[in-house]
Amino acid sequence: MSVFGIPIFPEQASSFAKDVDALYFFIVAVSAFFALLVAVLVVVFGVKFRRKHAGEVGARIEGNLPMELAWSVIPAVIAMVMFGWGASLFYHLRRPPAESMNIYAVGKQWMWKFQHLEGQREINELHVPTGRPIKVTVASEDVLHSLYFPAFRTKIDAIPGRYTQLWFEATKPGTYHMFCAEYCGTNHSGMIGSVTVMEPAAYQNWLAGAEGGTMAERGAALFSQLACNTCHLETGQGRGPSLKDIYLKPVELADGSTVTADEAYLRESILNSQAKIVKGFQPLMPTFQGLISEEGLVSLIEHIRSLSPNASAPGAPAAAGAAGAASPTGATNQTPGTVR
Amino acid sequence: MHAHAAHHPALQHQFQTMSQQKESAVLGMWAFLLTEVLFFGGLFMAYMLYRTWYHDAFVLASTSITIFWGLLNTVVLIGSSLTMALAVRSAQINQRKATVMWLIATMVLGTVFLGVKVIEYADKFEHHHVPGPEYAFIEPGHEPIFELGPHGRELLERNSAESLNRTTQIFFSLYFTMTGLHALHMIIGIGLMCVITWMAWKGRFSSEYYTPVEMSGLYWHFVDIVWIFLFPLLYLIDRS
Amino acid sequence: MDAIRTIPATHYLNNGHGLASWLLTKDHKRIAIMYLVTISFFFFLGGLMAAGIRLELATPQGDFVAADTYNKMFTLHGVIMVFFFLIPSIPAVLGNFLIPPMIGARDLAFPRINLLSYYLYLVGGMFTLGAMLSGGVDTGWTFYTPYSAAASNTSVIPTALGVFIAGFSSILTGLNFIVTIHRMRAPGMTWFRLPLFVWAHYATSLIQVLGTPVIAITIVMLGVERAFGFGIFDPARGGDPVLFQHLFWFYSHPAVYIMILPALGVMSELIANFSKKKIFGYSFVAFSSLAIAVFGFIVWAHHMFVSGISVYAAMVFSFLSFSVAIPSAVKVFNWTATLYKGAISFETPMLYAYGFMGLFAIGGLTGLFLATLGTDIHMHDTYFVVAHFHYIMVGGAIMGYLGGLHFWWPKMTGRMYSEFLSRISAILVFVGFNLTFFPQFIVGYLGMPRRYHAYPDEFQVLNVLSSAGASVLGLGYLLPVIYFVYSLKRGEVAGPNPWGASGLEWEIPSPPPTENFAVIPRVTTEPYEFTPHVARERELV
Repeated sequence: MSVFGIPIFPEQASSFAKDVDALYFFIVAVSAFFALLVAVLVVVFGVKFRRKHAGEVGARIEGNLPMELAWSVIPAVIAMVMFGWGASLFYHLRRPPAESMNIYAVGKQWMWKFQHLEGQREINELHVPTGRPIKVTVASEDVLHSLYFPAFRTKIDAIPGRYTQLWFEATKPGTYHMFCAEYCGTNHSGMIGSVTVMEPAAYQNWLAGAEGGTMAERGAALFSQLACNTCHLETGQGRGPSLKDIYLKPVELADGSTVTADEAYLRESILNSQAKIVKGFQPLMPTFQGLISEEGLVSLIEHIRSLSPNASAPGAPAAAGAAGAASPTGATNQTPGTVR
Repeated sequence: MHAHAAHHPALQHQFQTMSQQKESAVLGMWAFLLTEVLFFGGLFMAYMLYRTWYHDAFVLASTSITIFWGLLNTVVLIGSSLTMALAVRSAQINQRKATVMWLIATMVLGTVFLGVKVIEYADKFEHHHVPGPEYAFIEPGHEPIFELGPHGRELLERNSAESLNRTTQIFFSLYFTMTGLHALHMIIGIGLMCVITWMAWKGRFSSEYYTPVEMSGLYWHFVDIVWIFLFPLLYLIDRS
Repeated sequence: MDAIRTIPATHYLNNGHGLASWLLTKDHKRIAIMYLVTISFFFFLGGLMAAGIRLELATPQGDFVAADTYNKMFTLHGVIMVFFFLIPSIPAVLGNFLIPPMIGARDLAFPRINLLSYYLYLVGGMFTLGAMLSGGVDTGWTFYTPYSAAASNTSVIPTALGVFIAGFSSILTGLNFIVTIHRMRAPGMTWFRLPLFVWAHYATSLIQVLGTPVIAITIVMLGVERAFGFGIFDPARGGDPVLFQHLFWFYSHPAVYIMILPALGVMSELIANFSKKKIFGYSFVAFSSLAIAVFGFIVWAHHMFVSGISVYAAMVFSFLSFSVAIPSAVKVFNWTATLYKGAISFETPMLYAYGFMGLFAIGGLTGLFLATLGTDIHMHDTYFVVAHFHYIMVGGAIMGYLGGLHFWWPKMTGRMYSEFLSRISAILVFVGFNLTFFPQFIVGYLGMPRRYHAYPDEFQVLNVLSSAGASVLGLGYLLPVIYFVYSLKRGEVAGPNPWGASGLEWEIPSPPPTENFAVIPRVTTEPYEFTPHVARERELV
């Protein structure tokens, strides 16, 4: 949205952009009301009670408890509405639906690298389809970064040593900004790019151009290259536990506790293999800290995920077109937008 | 200028009475100690977080520290708190020589503490237990250089040398920062006491005015108390 | 009235001549003047950096300076403005000068510590200046790890050391104020007869004493990591960079209240004295300062909603953050109510007070957007945040500081400044400020991230507006230097109480004598007493 050619409001291109904006306008309205109220009152009082002669003093008013309580409690109630609304929206924004499609992002000084499950790799560009939730798992190779899509109204920091994630469902084909929002050194402002939202069919075409196999295949190759397969036999008879069907399942550990085999657990078990030993196994596995790049790591995890076909979220199978068509926004025209 | 008549030579111009001056000093000192609590608090926060994250590494690293020196230092420091308290008491009852003597005793004990700390640090340097590129907690395939109980052995076996060499660095980073800052406080305390001893020798204090002795005492006891927390956290808990 | 408008024969300014009489002084008033000169210098430096930033951002390409230079400029702008201007500004200048006379004392409780505190501040400032001259520092004033610990190859340690040392200055100032307010009040000066300026400083001092040591230890941990290769926050060794953020904001969020609370205290004085009326709901205003100080300590993680903290932790901190909004709102409403049926006049300090009301209201209300989780995700680390905190820290704290300086200048120097020029300056500051920072709200919601050296073309118009506003603002800030300095020699003699204000500080000569009071006063009335017969009772007693 723009006034006299000056943009004043960002494009809405995700399913929750309008929810965030609705909350924004609610707070704008509340703020404007109170700001104007105070402004009008101080100006009116300033004119009306202007000092007329030098010796004049104000009326003796000590205070008024009911009034003061009123203007403490009423703002408190309004604030609680904001809190509740904001918190429920946040809860929604921070919890990717189970059927989300996965994309992996790695931030490093000063670029964003993306990997699609089908094998496509991109730098400072991201292609996504409309009409289906997309979960981006974010890692960092060096310092803090923050992956930010203004048109989707969401961002998350990339933190070295752990995974974070964000999700969105793009609604409107076009090309939008992608920024690094957390200061990361010299070329921080150059760590920008664009996200291209495509109709599902166009996205399928784009994906078909992938070279070098899917992410899971790359992970599988790395899996044997690092000789992981010599111990982690699918039969469970190896020196390491079988990795079949473990993704998002509880794993019983040697110390009696259980953990869920999610991305964070798998990452830790690769990099710091002795941190959580599976029950019934010896701590024989070497650590791979410093030996695998963040990108290699996410392909390995993707490979392990592919060994659990029932638990994992679908990649971008042929059904994607149907999912797109089912979405109310799936039918919007496909003219590529300009950078907004 | 002053409305009040003959006043004590130590009374500063901004105060009306000696008791006002003393109450101000006491309140100021306690506020300062509160600041100190929060200063060390940040480190304790970090310690708590990492101890829960890296329990095994913290237990093993803590086991690697020789308990004897820590215990000796605890005794020395508690002893120095006693001599400090006696110095304050002596100042309060106008015993100039005793005040000086007890202050010197406190300084000597403080120096002993620092000497022991030097021995401990030198030992850490020798064994490459100082975080940094030279760091090596466990040589892969070698026996650890410190005594381990059965539980400690179990912990050692369920962790690889590489991972221990990473995460025990956090313990030692905190160990050196905490004990180093504590030692710095001791050095400042000893410096402070040199001045106080000199003032006591010159006969500046009496039962009417001994606030500086009392304030240094408060500071010294505080530094002692910090050690009373550091000793169990770094040396004792879960030794195995 | 005119008969008493004279400069007394001896006062704190002419009691002792020569450099040593200033550099070794223990008089809180002289120390305040030394702070005034030094922080003005740092404000000028920080302002130069800001000018550089705004020049760079006038075009989208990043063509005025190199990216590294730009990063160093905004880092130094932040470090200098936060640690060497805003935090000491009102407490160290106005608080130092005014708290003893306001409570009927001859000096602060610890004059020597007060001087030490000044020198710690100066040494800290010198370290940071040294860092600036030896190549600068590019971490941002937040020093986030691991960038500051490992990646940056600039003078991080000297800068951090400077902040560390200045932190002790801040702690000692706070400690001095707490003890002074507790122990040095004149007979009859009960807690509820204290001017609200003193209450605000009491609350501020609590934060300085309790919060500052945490940033100090955080800087130590960062320093040993960078200097000795320790690994407390190093992710490669299992350390947690987010822990640094927790510790940093545990101080740095309350630090915002170190900047704004004293300004709120100044505001209460200005509103009461220029409407010649008691503050509406004195105890509400007094306790709201304490409430802000206390709540300020439990909201820090709202700076970290996108830093990977858990959903539930974020909700708790969002909820708590709204709790700070209430006492802030109470203050604004109470000031508004104070104006009702007042006898209002609009000399320059009151113009600043009116400007403050507007800017503080906008700054506070835009904080709601950032405390609300759903909207913060989008706005975090954008120019919306930059605009918001400048409305509080520049629109609030500096307006309060300038308002207070204009109000107490005749007390500090014994002379009046040009009313005409000062009104123009107040208006320039207000207009320039809004022009500079209001467009940043819009460009922030559009998505422009902060700390960007270059930016996409469509954000240019709003940035140009902002840069244009900055030049007006700069002019507004330069003007007072001229008429203040001019007033020192040529200004009209003010007399003890040119505004007809209430408060013990107005009952002593301007400039005050070194001892403030020949005889310690006995207080019998409430603060802000303007009704003639009640005020006269005090003289009779």
